[in-house]
Order: sequence, then structure tokens, then C-alpha cells
Amino acid sequence: MTAVLEISGLNKSFGGIKATDDLNLSVTPHELHAIIGPNGAGKTTLISQLSGTQQPDTGTIRFQGQDITQIAPHKRAHLGIARSYQITSLIMQMSVIDNIALALQAHDGHSFRFIRPARGIKSLRDRAMSLLDRVGLADKADLSTAALSHGEHRHMEIAIALASEAELMLLDEPMAGLGLEASAQMVDLLLGIKGKHTILLIEHDMDAVFALADRISVLVYGHIIATGTPDEIRSNEAVQHAYLGEE
Amino acid sequence: MQKLTRRGWLTVIVMALLAVLPPVFYLTGNAFYLDLATRLTILAIAAVSLNLILGYGGLISFGHAAFVGLGAYAVGIPAYHWLYYSWGDWAVNGLVQFPLAIIVSAVFALLTGIVCLRTRGVYFIMITMAFAQMVYYLIVSIEEYGGDDGLVIDTRSELPLINLDDPLQLFGLSYVSLLVAMLLVRMIVNSRFGMVLQGAKGNEERMISLGFNVYAYRLTAYVISGAMAGYAGALLGNFTTFISPEMMDWSRSGELMFMVILGGVATTLGPVLGAVSFIVIEEILSTITIYWHLPFGLMLIGVVLFVRGGLAGLLTGRGGKDD
Ligand SMILES: Nc1ncnc2c1ncn2[C@@H]1O[C@H](COP(=O)(O)OP(=O)(O)OP(=O)(O)O)[C@@H](O)[C@H]1O
Ligand SMILES: [Mg+2]
Repeated sequence: MTAVLEISGLNKSFGGIKATDDLNLSVTPHELHAIIGPNGAGKTTLISQLSGTQQPDTGTIRFQGQDITQIAPHKRAHLGIARSYQITSLIMQMSVIDNIALALQAHDGHSFRFIRPARGIKSLRDRAMSLLDRVGLADKADLSTAALSHGEHRHMEIAIALASEAELMLLDEPMAGLGLEASAQMVDLLLGIKGKHTILLIEHDMDAVFALADRISVLVYGHIIATGTPDEIRSNEAVQHAYLGEE
Repeated sequence: MQKLTRRGWLTVIVMALLAVLPPVFYLTGNAFYLDLATRLTILAIAAVSLNLILGYGGLISFGHAAFVGLGAYAVGIPAYHWLYYSWGDWAVNGLVQFPLAIIVSAVFALLTGIVCLRTRGVYFIMITMAFAQMVYYLIVSIEEYGGDDGLVIDTRSELPLINLDDPLQLFGLSYVSLLVAMLLVRMIVNSRFGMVLQGAKGNEERMISLGFNVYAYRLTAYVISGAMAGYAGALLGNFTTFISPEMMDWSRSGELMFMVILGGVATTLGPVLGAVSFIVIEEILSTITIYWHLPFGLMLIGVVLFVRGGLAGLLTGRGGKDD
């Protein structure tokens, strides 16, 4: 089975800080692979290099066998890579449904179409509505995005990632800032999509990670110190010493 | 038909007044007001075109007057050659001049947009202004076309059915052009293309990671906007029958920006309200005092700072969201 994602020898520094340090990782089809690590370990930087908004100094990234290291971020989206943001990144001035419809529109041919009103395109609207339904926001569809709560924004992030129907989803701390109940909802939501897509999940919430992940990699100072099943990671001494122990 | 909102009604009323009042003034012996209305209508077209990139695209372009100026020169230069170098009658044909104005401005927008749109924020403002000043100095340096002093256009564009020497018909063409420009921009911003343009204004990085080539969409909008401004320039040349580099000066670009912001960005009517207020207030203040620039400037700053949504927001009692 060829890996969906194959990262080899990835390095990235910011001035003196090595945010990514000789990172190697292989993610297999339809697994939910979690990446855990302390603050500043370089998790978001890794996601940004995978989605293409940041360029690695050295190393290669392969997606479904193709070297994508030099490919522009908007093209990676079309190859089948979607990302959600740790710090909510939505179009605040637009309505909730417009945000989702735009995500769908991105994968519905080019948008050099000037005549028909986009809000009148039923296929996009209907699919956007059903995505909002899936994340429990159907009744908020017409509100301004800015008017929604933080937790609702996190659900919109997931709906947008789902809209792409991407093979690989890069989810950067979807539970960041959520309360207990909202976190549990998010875990349910992720359990629902698990197995249908390949998911690289970054998460601080250990209960969520151990409930969801097929495999876990532990990132410390930009380097992966261990990869394994949840049980293997739990019992790994180096991991406990470097990370789990101090939590 | 959908029911008109408050802002929809305001648009209908303002546009109806603009259609009726100037000809009435003209026919009752106040030709001056028709002149004023024609000028503001033409400037409103330029403001509407700027609103596409500034209001909906969030691109603070400070060189929009260059497109207008190029459009005017696309009328003036062929007319000059027609007169002095006996170019054929095609050179004063509006069906040649107007498309030429659109093409010249569109090409200039494409070439400069390729560079400008690679920059962000203050750099974008500076570089759009720099390109406009470049054209300004280029025209100044061409003695043949009057350099600094400009050039009188001896013959207005010849068009089938319309005689632009008749002030009423010139106003009519300008007014219809403005209506078309407003409807065109409205159609564009509500289309898929427009959603991408507005999405990129709100969150560029998100739009890129969704898979949109934001640069290509913005460049397209920039070219459309430039082309429309070029058309407005061709009308302006016909109106003033005089072209000079001064039309492209950065202060002219600034005035267009003020019109858009004063009227309310990203609204259909905003740029028109902005142009009307700008011209009317300028006219009133300049008859009261020669120091009208200062109170005018203060007023503009007041509107920009304190009224969300500009005049269009003030008149309908809500913020800058379009209906
Ligand atoms: N654009 C940048 N410029 C300079 N330094 C950066 C930049 N982005 C990240 N860093 C640094 O790189 C390191 C890794 O940052 P990153 O955001 O990837 O960590 P993280 O694992 O996502 O942390 P967190 O758990 O807090 O989200 C940090 O030391 C950070 O300060
Ligand atoms: Mg992070």
C-alpha cells in the first residue's frame, strides 16, 4: 500500500529556531494520524508546509506518490489536500452559508463566471446546507459569520474541510478553545468522518487523541521522536519523559 | 422580481432624479447644471469601476486616474492626427475611439496589475500610484501632444444616431453608460467571480487554501475595472474637449477614492452618491471661499471616520453591507 503522505528529511528554520528538524513521516490511506507535541514543537509549521503556505528549507513532501514540495498552495487544494486552522480563519464579513458555499465552489470548476448570481446556484446552496446540518449549524446559515461563537466557528472550520471532500485533511487543533461539551461533539464529528478520509490531526486534548487516532506521532522541537499506536505511545518511555509526563 | 429594499428604493430615486433634473434645468435655461451633471455622471462611472476593486476587492488602488486619462487620450490623439496629419475619418469615429480607450486602459491595467498585485498593503498603494505617475510624466514629456499644456480635442467622437456636440445627448449617453456600469458591477460582484473577489478581501490565505488562485482573479478584476475607467475617460475627453496630463495626477486618483469612500464602499449606489456629493459640495464651497479645500478635506475625513458605510449607510440608516 503506497502512503498518501510521505514526508522525508523536512527542515525549516526561523532565524535560529529549528521549527522542523529532519522530519520523516509516512501516513497511510484512510488512517487518522494524530500529531502531538508541546507548545512551539512545530506542529502548525508542519501543516503550513504541507498545505503550501510555507516553504521548507530542505526535504520533500510526496502526496499520493507525487512530489508536491514546489507546488503552489491553491493547486495542492485541487490535488486533494484541505486544511483547517488552529486560529479560526473564516471570511467574517460573509454569511455562514456563503463561507461553506465558497469552499464548495472552489471544487466546482473555475470561477471565471460573471453572470449568474452565485447565491442562486441551487446545487452549491443545497450541499452547503447539508454540510451545515452535519455540523449542527443549519439554523445559523444566514447569520453573519462574525456573529457566531468561537465553538461555532470551529465547527465551520470542519464543515469547510469536509466541503472539499479532500483525500487528505490537515486539522490543526480543531478543539482549540472548546469547552468540555463542545469538545465531545467535535470528537463525535471526527469519529463520523474517520475512515472516509486520511486525516492528519493535531491536538492537545489527550483524551480526544487516544479516542480517535489509529496512530500517533510525537513531535518535540520539530523532530518526531516516536510513532506508534495509541498503546505503544502511552507506554513509550521517551515520550513519557519528553511530553506526557509533564502534562 | 424581488421586492426592493430600502437601499433599492434609494437607488431608484437617486437615479431617477439624476435622469430628470439635469435636462429640466437645461431646458429651462440653466445649461450650467447640465454640464455639472454630465461631469459628475462621468466621474461616477470611474468611481463605480474603482469600487469593484477598492470596495469589493479590498485593493486600495491609488492610480485609477491613469486609466481615465489614457481613455481620454485614446480619443484626443487620433482626433489630433485626423486634423493635422489627415488620418482618415475612422480616427474620429467613436466606434473606433471608445473601443481603443477600453483596450488601451485594459492593457495598461494588465501590465501594471501583473506587478502591483504581487505586493500588499502600503506597497500596493505606492506602486499603483507610481505607475500612474509614470504615465503622467510620459505624457508630459511628449511635446507633440502638448506636453504639460495638454491638447484641445477639435472634434468629438462621431457616433451613429447620437450627436455628442449636443449637450443633452452627451449627458444621455453618459447617464445610460453609468446605469450599465452599475448593473455590470452589480452582476459581477454577485457572480461566482464576485464571491471569490470578496472572499479574498475578507481572508486571502483562506481563499488560497480553499484552492482559489486569488492572484488571477484579482488581476482579472483589475483589468475589468481599468477598462471601465478607460471608457469613462473617453466620455470625459468628449465632455471637456481638452486633455492634459493633469487628468492623471495622483490628486485625481485621490478624488476618485474619496468619492467611493464618501458614498460607501461595496454598495451599488455608493460611488454615485459620492460623486454627486463631491461635485456639488466642491461647487458650493468654491463659490463661498477660495480656501475651500480645507473644510472639504475635514468633511471627508469626518465621513470616513465617523459614518460606517459612507453616505449610502447614513441615508438608509445601516452599515456598509449591500442589499
Ligand atoms: N512565521 C514565523 N516566524 C518566526 N518564528 C516562527 C514562525 N512561525 C512559527 N515560528 C516559531 O516556530 C516554532 C514552532 O511554531 P509552531 O506554531 O509550528 O508550533 P506549534 O507546535 O503549532 O505550537 P502550538 O501548540 O502553540 O500551536 C515556535 O518556536 C514559533 O515561535
Ligand atoms: Mg500550532
